[in-house]
Amino acid sequence: MNIEESKDFIVSTGSLKEVRIFSREVFEKLKLEQDLKDELVLAIAEAAQNIVKHGYKDVENTTDKMQIKISMKDSELEIGFYDKGKAVVPENVQHRKLDDIKPGGLGTFFIKQIMDAAVFKKDEKGWVNHLVLTKKII
Amino acid sequence: MTYKVTEDGNVNTVFLNGEIDMDVTESAKEVILPLIEAGKEVHLNLKDVSYMDSSGISILIESHQLALEKGNKVIVKEVSKSVLKVIMMAKLEQILNLE
Repeated sequence: MNIEESKDFIVSTGSLKEVRIFSREVFEKLKLEQDLKDELVLAIAEAAQNIVKHGYKDVENTTDKMQIKISMKDSELEIGFYDKGKAVVPENVQHRKLDDIKPGGLGTFFIKQIMDAAVFKKDEKGWVNHLVLTKKII
Repeated sequence: MTYKVTEDGNVNTVFLNGEIDMDVTESAKEVILPLIEAGKEVHLNLKDVSYMDSSGISILIESHQLALEKGNKVIVKEVSKSVLKVIMMAKLEQILNLE
C-alpha cells in the first residue's frame, strides 16, 4: 500500500502527543505489525522532540510550526521533518555512549536503532531544517 | 500522565499511568525525586505506562542515580511490554533494578 500524509504541529512539548496520534493513525492504515508501529512511533516522537528541545532551545511559546510527512512507496517508508528552528549541523548530531549512563542523549540513538537511515537534506521550500528518516518495510 | 503514591513504612510506591514524554517529565520528577531526597526507598510501578520515550528513560536514570547517591535504591516494577522494550533498547535492563 502506498500512502502520503502530512500534518503541521505547533513546536511545543504539548504537541508530542498529537504527533504520536497522527503517526499511529497513519501506521494503522498501513496495517503494520504492532511492535514495528511502536518502534516507528518512538522514532518519530524522538525526532519531533529533538526539534522542540534543540531546534527551539531557549525559545518559549513559539507559534512556529513543524511539519511531519509520512510516505510509503514500494515498501520504502520515508518520514520527513521540516522546521524553522536553529540550523542543525549534522556532524554535531550525536548520541551519548551507551556505557556513559546519564540522563539524556538517547533520542538520536533510538532513531538510529530503529530506522535504516537519518539524513539532513537541503530544503527548497523555505524551511530551515529537513530531516529524512527512511526504513525498508519487509 | 497521572500518578498515585502509596506509603508502606520506608517504601513509597509511585504508580505512574499513561504516556511519559518530554511534556510530563518535570511533573514526574517533582513527584519522584523529593521522595528519594527524603531517604525513602522508591518503587516505580509502570504497569499502566503505555508509552515511554527517552525523556522517561532519563527519569529512570536520574532516579536510580540519585538513590545510589543517597545510599538507597529505586526499584522499577511491573514494567509493561512496550516500556521494557525501550529500556532494553537503551541497554539499561542490567543497570536499573527491575522486578
